[in-house]
Amino acid sequence: MTPPDNSNGWLLRVRGLTRIYGEPDERSVARTGPRAATNICPETGAIVACADIGFDLYPGEVLGVVGESGSGKSTLVQLLYFDQGASAGEVYFKPIEEGAKNLLALTSQRKRYVRNHLFGMVYQNPRDGLNFSFSAGGNIAEKLIMAGQFHVGKMRDRARGLLSQTEAPAQRMDSTPRTFSGGMQQRVQISKAIANHPPLLFLDEVTSGLDVSVQAKVLDMIRHIQTELGISMIVVSHDLGVIRMLTDRTIVLKHGRIVEAGLTDQILQDPQHAYTQLLVSSLL
Amino acid sequence: MITGNGLTSAYNFAFIDENTKKEIRRKLLKAIAVPGYQVPYSSPEMPIARGWGTGGLHVTLAVIGRGDTLKVIDQGSDASVNACSLRQFIHKMTGCRTTVDTAEATLIQTRHRIPEEILTPQQILVFQVPQPEVLRTVERLEDRTRQMHAEADYSRMWVSLYESYVRFGSLMRGAGYPVKVNGRYLMSPSPIPRWDVPNLNDARCLYLFGAGREKRLYAIPPHTRVEPLEFEDVRFRVEEWGNTTCAYSQQGDAFLDEIYENEQVKKFVVNDSNFLDKLRSGPRPPQRLFRNPE
Repeated sequence: MTPPDNSNGWLLRVRGLTRIYGEPDERSVARTGPRAATNICPETGAIVACADIGFDLYPGEVLGVVGESGSGKSTLVQLLYFDQGASAGEVYFKPIEEGAKNLLALTSQRKRYVRNHLFGMVYQNPRDGLNFSFSAGGNIAEKLIMAGQFHVGKMRDRARGLLSQTEAPAQRMDSTPRTFSGGMQQRVQISKAIANHPPLLFLDEVTSGLDVSVQAKVLDMIRHIQTELGISMIVVSHDLGVIRMLTDRTIVLKHGRIVEAGLTDQILQDPQHAYTQLLVSSLL
Repeated sequence: MITGNGLTSAYNFAFIDENTKKEIRRKLLKAIAVPGYQVPYSSPEMPIARGWGTGGLHVTLAVIGRGDTLKVIDQGSDASVNACSLRQFIHKMTGCRTTVDTAEATLIQTRHRIPEEILTPQQILVFQVPQPEVLRTVERLEDRTRQMHAEADYSRMWVSLYESYVRFGSLMRGAGYPVKVNGRYLMSPSPIPRWDVPNLNDARCLYLFGAGREKRLYAIPPHTRVEPLEFEDVRFRVEEWGNTTCAYSQQGDAFLDEIYENEQVKKFVVNDSNFLDKLRSGPRPPQRLFRNPE
């Protein structure tokens, strides 16, 4: 296999990424999608959660993934973060062998390394990203330990710094996140995700469970961190407000397919696809 | 030799049949070849209940030969009911000599302690292990812990030590302090006190571990690197008794038991009974001592 061309300097290249649940036949992908108005194969009952997803992400760029419930956007980031295995596709990532190696073909040990050292993930539900039986500081320490930090004093300093960077209560770092408010839990989760300076951060509906004023503060903080660290992000949201505020480019998913991709401003101002037009016009 | 009524003579040497012994020995060889790795094994039925030392008994009976001299220790004592019963059973089934003298034994089955007296290359120490999975405290699912071992993903155990430091100011863990064997596998040393953990490192004898209820064997071959988990600035420490000495031998530098004579008066006594006997009757036996970092 020839290594993919990287002359335009992409950080992450995704090609043909597909995830199908159930038992598909060879035409299940063709029978589903926006034109069929379903992602359930009528013949086999297989669910085509996403199919043939392809995009490039550039260093320092924020990519939005937007779509309604069940459009496959969470599946997409879970595939990229190795939370679940892909049915088909290729993912190339610049820091891994100069982007020559398909991440999906790595051994589980290598995948773990990529997850722990090069990716950060913030889930919608803080319980997925944090261990509530450990303290907030312990959760961040876990990430630092993965990267080979074994000095308690330095770990605590770093955790304190990260928590104040995300405007979380650093003086409460020794209590469990269970005792924190939802917004604070998200801030701790973000602190943990960026603890190792990952080049790529996934944000899956991070503000969806928060009330509007907290949402605005958390989004502001994320944008601040993004400009400060120059970190690349993939932001999944059903909320066009979040997409507008955070992202440079956006892909629109429907029934597991990309129906439109382009600059965020362009998509929001001048949506081409009927579904995107519907999304934009239904914005409150 | 096996004597008495016709029933006992129907048993094989060392109770377990030869095929099963062979299986256990093969698993032990595998365990020795991969230090610290938990090898599943058959764990056949024994005439004692699981959880009462069947794992140690399996290992002992699988490796014992007619020329062996056996010692059985329970929490440092040769005289507890459990130690006596196991010693009598093994003696009855093998006819092997038994002893309480640590130096004289070739095979020692133990629960919760490593003898204070230094063990030699001619000796094998067999541990009874209640819970072989060191990660069980941080992960309750077996398939997840196996995955964690396979990927050497021990960060969660490290975080639990971090949490213990945050809560108690030290790496508190009364027994079964997690150790890394040969730079690879994290292993539970069985519930020995921290005092004994440094004795696992670069030892001259062979350590075998048997967990009967959980059906796992593991081993530390002689001269293997065994490191207790510790942070760069928060170090592993063994138990300290200050200037307290043993009430009978007036000596320190051994694991001490706290014994209450009555509700007001307590005293400290050397836990290893054979070591205490030797301290009282003659020169101090050779010992490996670990000094806590400053």
